Parts: sequence; C-alpha cells; structure tokens
Amino acid sequence: MASLNTLARVLVAAAPALLGGCGEDGLSLAEREAVASLSLAALGAVPPSISNKVADDPGAATLGEALFFDTRLSANGAVACATCHDPQRQFQDDLPRAQALGTGPRRTMPLAGAAWNLFFFWDGRKDSLWSQALEPLENPLEHGLTRSGVVGLVARHHRAGYEAVFGPLPAPAVLPTAAGPFGTGSERAAWAGLDETARRAVNGAFANVGKAIAAFERTIPPVKTRFDRYAAALARGEPPEGDAAFSDLEREGLRLFVGSANCLECHNGPRFTDDHFHNTGVADDPQAPAGRERAGAIARLLADPFNCQGDFSDAAEGDCAELRFMLRDGPELERAFKTPSLRGVAQRAPYMHAGQIATLEAVVEHYANAPTSPAGASELRPVRLTERGKAALVAFLKTLN
Amino acid sequence: MSRFLVALVAAAVLALGVIYFYDPGGAGSETLDLARSKPSVNGLYIVAIAPEAEPVETGVLHGWVLTLTAPDGAPVEDAQIEVGGGMPDHGHGLPTSPEMTTYLGEGRYRIEGVRFNMGGWWVLDFTVRAGPGEDTVRFNIRL
Repeated sequence: MASLNTLARVLVAAAPALLGGCGEDGLSLAEREAVASLSLAALGAVPPSISNKVADDPGAATLGEALFFDTRLSANGAVACATCHDPQRQFQDDLPRAQALGTGPRRTMPLAGAAWNLFFFWDGRKDSLWSQALEPLENPLEHGLTRSGVVGLVARHHRAGYEAVFGPLPAPAVLPTAAGPFGTGSERAAWAGLDETARRAVNGAFANVGKAIAAFERTIPPVKTRFDRYAAALARGEPPEGDAAFSDLEREGLRLFVGSANCLECHNGPRFTDDHFHNTGVADDPQAPAGRERAGAIARLLADPFNCQGDFSDAAEGDCAELRFMLRDGPELERAFKTPSLRGVAQRAPYMHAGQIATLEAVVEHYANAPTSPAGASELRPVRLTERGKAALVAFLKTLN
Repeated sequence: MSRFLVALVAAAVLALGVIYFYDPGGAGSETLDLARSKPSVNGLYIVAIAPEAEPVETGVLHGWVLTLTAPDGAPVEDAQIEVGGGMPDHGHGLPTSPEMTTYLGEGRYRIEGVRFNMGGWWVLDFTVRAGPGEDTVRFNIRL
C-alpha cells in the first residue's frame, strides 16, 4: 500500500514533465537542445579578424562609419555603402537585386552579425569583411570608382581620421586621379603605368579603407528576437510569458524546423547558418542567371591580392586556416550559394540570391517541393508538409524578428 | 492483485513516457560503432584518433591527432595519410579539405582543417600508405 502511494506520488510529480509543462513548452530534450543551439545566448563574442589589425580599434570604426555613409565615395556622388545596406532595413535594401549606379546581379545581404561570417558574397569569393568592402567601390554598377580615386577621395574628405589610424596617406604624386585594374581602358592603362611602389602604396591605402569599414561593420550585432526570449525562458526552466510565449502554430513550426523539415542541415547555430555553400535548385532570374557560384569563386579567391594570405593582410604566416583548408573542388560546389542567416528573415523579402521568390510561403513551398536544379545537382530532398505545417514553418520564421 | 497490476501498468506507462519524452525520434537506439581506435579494413594498421579539443563542436575548424601503429603495437612512421568523410545519411562530404600537416613522432600525425557544419552522424575516412602497404579506416562521429 505504501509503495502504491509512493508510485502515485511519482506519477503525479512526473505528469507535468510527461505532458510537457513546467517551462519545457511540450518540447522533447532533443528539441530543447536544438532551441538552445539556435539561441543568441549560444553565440560567443565577436571573433577576431586575424587579417585586420584595426578590426577592434574604435578610431578605425569611427572612420569606417563615416566612410560607410559617405555618398562622395562614388562616381555620381550619390552612392554610399548605406545606399544598399540601409540601417533602417537591417542594412539591406528590400530589392530583388542591388541598385546603385546600375542594377547588380545579386540580392543585397544584411550586415548584422557579419563579423562572424567566414566567407563573403553569395559565392564566398572574399574571405574577410574588409576585403569584401573593397569590391563594390570599384564595381561600375555600384560606387563606380577607381582604386586611386578611392584613395584620393579619402585624402580629400577623411585625411585626419585615416592618418590617425593608419599613418600618412600616399603622397599626391603617386595618386593619379583615375587609375585602377578594373576601370575603363584609360583607367587600366594609368594603373599599368604606375610603378610597383606607387601601385603598392595605393593598394595599401585602399585595403585600409576596407579595414576601417569592416571595423564599423563588426559593431553591428545580431538583434535579440522573440525566439531568443522564448529560448531564454526555456533555458531557465520557466514557461515563456508575454511576447516570449509561442502560439501552438509557432511551436509546431519550431518542431518542424528542428525536426522533419530538415532546415537545420544548413540553417543551424545561433546565426541560423552553417557558413557553407549549397545548391538548393533555385530557378534563375533570367536577367541575372547564376554561374558556377562557389565552384567558380575558389580560383578567384585564391588569386585575390586582398585575401588572408595576400600582401595587404595582417595575418601571420600560417594563420589563414579557413582559406588553407577550404573545400576547393567537388560537384557539390557547382551553383552552390552561401547559406544566409534567417535572423530577421520575415522582414527581408524578396528571397534568394536574386530575390526570385517573393514570399516566405513560396520559399517554404520551394523547399518542400525540392525542384531539380537548372545546373549541378540540388541537395534538397522533398519534404512532405501539410498546409498547416507550411503555415507553421512560416509562423516560426516570423519569430526570428 | 489488481492493485499490483494497476501499479505495473502505471510504471510501464511512466517508463515509456520518459523514454518518448527524452528521445521521441528513437535516434539513440541506432547502434553506431563510435570507437576511436580500430584496425584498418585489411588489418595492416591499428588507427586511433583523438580531437585536439573536447567536446567537438559544430561549426568550428579544429584538428585531430591520428596515432598509427602496426598490429604488434609498434609506431608506424613516414606514413602518407589522406583525409575524407562526410554525412552518409545526407550524401555529402566534408565542408572543408582537411590534411595531415605534421608528423608529431611516435606514430602520431596531426590532422588539421576539420569542420562539421551540422549536428548528426558524420564519418572520417583515412587512407594510409606506409611500409606495410595501403589501407583504409572509417570512424563514426556523432555530434
């Protein structure tokens, strides 16, 4: 009799756990572990940028912020980094493809948490934030400047800020007004006409412009979301309350996300990205067809004078492990795009690398259907989702805001 | 007697509930050889691997030390070692190109550049070429 009473007491005590009460919100241990792994609480401090010695220098960040918002750093005086990376819109532009001097081929990426990224651009052709920041300045569809033109504008408008961080700018004698390796015929000829010392001086100052912009961009953190408040309550063993409480539909979406919908295969960790590249069979925008993407970017990255192992990097010999051990070939890299973070995703339509998919509902439909890739092979396996399941996934994704 | 039966049934329900609650997918019931030391496929070597830092975390580039011995326990030197692997359930390879970078002495070799970019079942495959010949070995890793 006594043992029956004991058993009854054990059953009563265990009932909330079995029924999913008491701060666990009906989730299994594995599901709660997945929630914890996705939470911002699992994100460590901003990682060091080994190739940028001013990455955490406040003076460099102040200079970088001024450069980031300065429209004078463009061929028409109207384009800044902030033109496409609008701080009012998660540092992106809500457009299918970037619009600056012209319309670019790719969707603008948001910047929150970019300091944690390993590779940059959709094909990962850059291996640091500072090296990434350089390319748009010389792109005729974006800022449309020449390399010497960038340094000249910095000398004119930001000399004090620059020299306080990096020391003297190159002398005017080595700065022709328009010379660079990617410009018009005459600009390229002017660049080829510079001697090695002058080219190196311009390249060094140009790299420093990127390093300052990167120092600013590193200060843009991922934002705490409803999901993070939900995860924090679970971690404390308390029932999520107020806006941290999930509806039945949101909880259902969460369970699909970490379970049978296979989303965690790519969108894992506190930034909801595996920092890798995947072919998911997204159809082309006819105006901006995909190329080989990651497969085509490898040689370009290895040859880039502004990579981690290049002359303008501050990394020591042997420091560039990410570049050294990156996957260089294999069929899975064909038409593979970088996994974007899903933080803030619901307020960041349209989706995919060229904004081809207008709504989250259509994105979920794409992943459920797993269409054949136009080139290479899609990694996706079809996922059987009910209409309610699809709605639940969308509801969960909206908690990442 | 009926009280005993009720208690038995209640205990069984409780036990099943606890099992389901902690492991609804039954993933833990899958038997996977997680040994970190084993003979190579043709028995030419005994291969042992150990991560340079425990626990192994997803998303982090890290290294392993591979210890190579002959079946009699003698360390094997001057080996060439190739590294491969991936996720058999998902049909993809490793997201990086790990390499054997340094011979540490006493049959120990440093493997650098490993990253597991998601949780789950991974394998690391090693092809070893040394005096006794070429052989391969596969290790299962569950993250």
